[in-house]
Amino acid sequence: MEAAASSVKDGGDLRDTELRLGLPGTEAPEKPAAPSTRGSKRALQEDDDMESRANSRPLEADSGEAPAAKAQIVGWPPIRSYRRNSFPPRKVESEAEAEAEAEAAGLYVKVSMDGAPYLRKIDLKVYKGYKELREAMDNMFKCFTQGEVSRKEGCSSGSESAITYEDKDGDLMLVGDVPWEMFISSCRRLRIMKGCEVRGLRTRQYS
Amino acid sequence: MVGGFRWAAMFPDEVWEHVFSFLPADADRNAAALVCRAWYRLERRSRWRVFVGNCYAVEPAAAVRRFPEVRAAAIKGKPHFADFNLVPSDWGGGAEAWVEAMAEGWPHLEELRLKRMVVSDDCLELIARCFKNFKVLSLVSCEGFSTAGLAAIAANCRYLRELDLHENEVEDNCLHWMSHFPESCTSLVTLNIACLEGEVNVSVLERLIGRCPNLKTLRLNHSVPLERLVGLLHRAPQLVDLGTGKYAAQHHPELFSRLESAIAGCKNLKGLSGFWEAGPTFLPAIYSVCEGLTSLNLSYATIQGPELIKLISRCKNLQRLWVMDLIEDEGLIAVAASCKLLQELRVFPSDPYGAAQPISLTEHGLVAISAGCPMLHSVLYFCRQMTNAALLTVAKNCPNFTCFRLCIMEPHTPDYITRQPLDAGFSAIVESCKHLRRLSLSGLLTDLVFKSIGASANRLEMLSVAFAGDGDAGLHYILSGCKNLRKLEIRDCPFGDKPLLDNAAKLETMRSLWMSSCSVTLGACRQLARKMPLLNVEVINERKRGLPLELQPDNCPVEKLYIYRTVAGPRSDTPSCVWILR
Repeated sequence: MEAAASSVKDGGDLRDTELRLGLPGTEAPEKPAAPSTRGSKRALQEDDDMESRANSRPLEADSGEAPAAKAQIVGWPPIRSYRRNSFPPRKVESEAEAEAEAEAAGLYVKVSMDGAPYLRKIDLKVYKGYKELREAMDNMFKCFTQGEVSRKEGCSSGSESAITYEDKDGDLMLVGDVPWEMFISSCRRLRIMKGCEVRGLRTRQYS
Repeated sequence: MVGGFRWAAMFPDEVWEHVFSFLPADADRNAAALVCRAWYRLERRSRWRVFVGNCYAVEPAAAVRRFPEVRAAAIKGKPHFADFNLVPSDWGGGAEAWVEAMAEGWPHLEELRLKRMVVSDDCLELIARCFKNFKVLSLVSCEGFSTAGLAAIAANCRYLRELDLHENEVEDNCLHWMSHFPESCTSLVTLNIACLEGEVNVSVLERLIGRCPNLKTLRLNHSVPLERLVGLLHRAPQLVDLGTGKYAAQHHPELFSRLESAIAGCKNLKGLSGFWEAGPTFLPAIYSVCEGLTSLNLSYATIQGPELIKLISRCKNLQRLWVMDLIEDEGLIAVAASCKLLQELRVFPSDPYGAAQPISLTEHGLVAISAGCPMLHSVLYFCRQMTNAALLTVAKNCPNFTCFRLCIMEPHTPDYITRQPLDAGFSAIVESCKHLRRLSLSGLLTDLVFKSIGASANRLEMLSVAFAGDGDAGLHYILSGCKNLRKLEIRDCPFGDKPLLDNAAKLETMRSLWMSSCSVTLGACRQLARKMPLLNVEVINERKRGLPLELQPDNCPVEKLYIYRTVAGPRSDTPSCVWILR
């Protein structure tokens, strides 16, 4: 397994080349994102995409640190209390039930694409295999791939990309190596890598 | 009126009563009752449906005395902002006084609908015991009762047709309350238990609905598992309105096909709701009935945009759609293309307190709907950004709005492109929509928007304002205009004493006014109370510091103010945080 953690975003920071458990660009190993996590936990889990996203949302730019949970005003926004609680889903008694709930509720993971201003979420349960997943992801991000120019000189056009994922252990893995069932049970988040980073990885296409 | 008494006697009473029976609207009946004493007498004996918009506006005994033949009563209690925890929990709105008076004077009562009231189990037991012909119980946004009270209703109301529990807080202390429906109960038409938190005995429920052939509406609660829904539907294929229970389960194709065929078997299905924890797996099971649906409530379903689009595109006859903002602009564009008969849209926030979220629900979705759905007249829309241009477009596209409630979730949010206040946008709405009855404002707004509303919103009956306006002028525009205003609720606006005192008479033409976190002082409230004996001026100060309210100086700020017209005088059930000024 290559040192997949050695991707370099801006080329200068040695931290980016060290072998770590977490994804490059984060300070600490990321906890797996529960599909229904909301609120202040977002502050810990967003990566560098946060900045570009903040710039494209003029409302957020004025409010200081965008990811921080805002102080809640009593009775605002005007929704009834049972609506505040209904998402995320209700608590469950046992772990087994929790797993069953998570299973039944779909396996949502975040999908990021290098250079896209915001992330998406997909339900891995919906897809039967790698081919469908690949198609869905192409579809989701096609608006960002048209007319893309690579940031680095000397690289070929940005059409080269690879789908990677972060597994239960926090390692960055190439999608397609393991059987589908094993993949969806260990995948915590997906990332579409573009351009030169892809060169270092195997570019085997999925069956 | 010349010879008023004589011409009324030209016809026997029965003829006049028959004539009055063609006046269903309370306003018309009230007018008829003012014509002469004979008509007053006749009308009061022939009115059998009464609506009391504010339970404290009249003494229960007085209402019962005046209309002795009432069969159906609807009563509302707490102010609307109680829904958002702005009203202290012990404020009032208790139902006992009414239920006791009704038990005494209306033994033939058949229908009772209560909204935002505190209903105890004792009340429910009284209802179950005293009204021999009781048929309809509807409790909306109420609290104070438990499933033990429901057991009493189930056991004793032999002709019960409707048990409609909508968004109540119900304590679950009687697990088998549903077993109290006797075998002889076969008359149910509506059973809505969606708000119950506790377990439901599904086998008992199956037997109950199996013996009620006229059941049209069945709304289950979250505890009913998806597997059991199949059995329930087999026993009630005549359903018109179904609220599912939990809409998720371990995926296996057998359950899917059984569910699919059970739902397809309900050929009259027009409304669907529930869908707790729904994911994409079982959603396609309802595809077969989509074409016939007129009402779809997916506001508890955390389904993503693409699946929502696949579903809703099939619902060509949809008139009402409630959905989460997960539908995003793209989804609303699809709705606009598919649902040409849409009349009412509500979009709820999936993440009301999230800091930064990738939900792409913006003004574009609202504009698309306004352009694509010509019959749209009622909107509730939670979003994070808006522009005046978008609102102008919406106003132009939809001059028939009766209800427009826009909630931009961050207070004081301006037009995000021009950075201007949203005055122009909302002004366009009130100027274009001549039939607008209900309006909720949000975003950055100056006094200008209130000038437009006061001048143009002639049919407006209810206005909700939050974090808006510059000063007193704003409130003055509203109170001096808006001819038909009935309910005004305001929070966190810089409105003070002057417009209240200058427009005191207006308050008697309205049902109620709520103001919280504004700039009103105790002195103005005292003046108002002295000047207007037919108003109850309730000052609510929850933080109990120092002197009691009677001894506080005039310049003491008032946290929360609730003013309503009444012929009953000050109520006697005020808690310690509420003072009624005289």
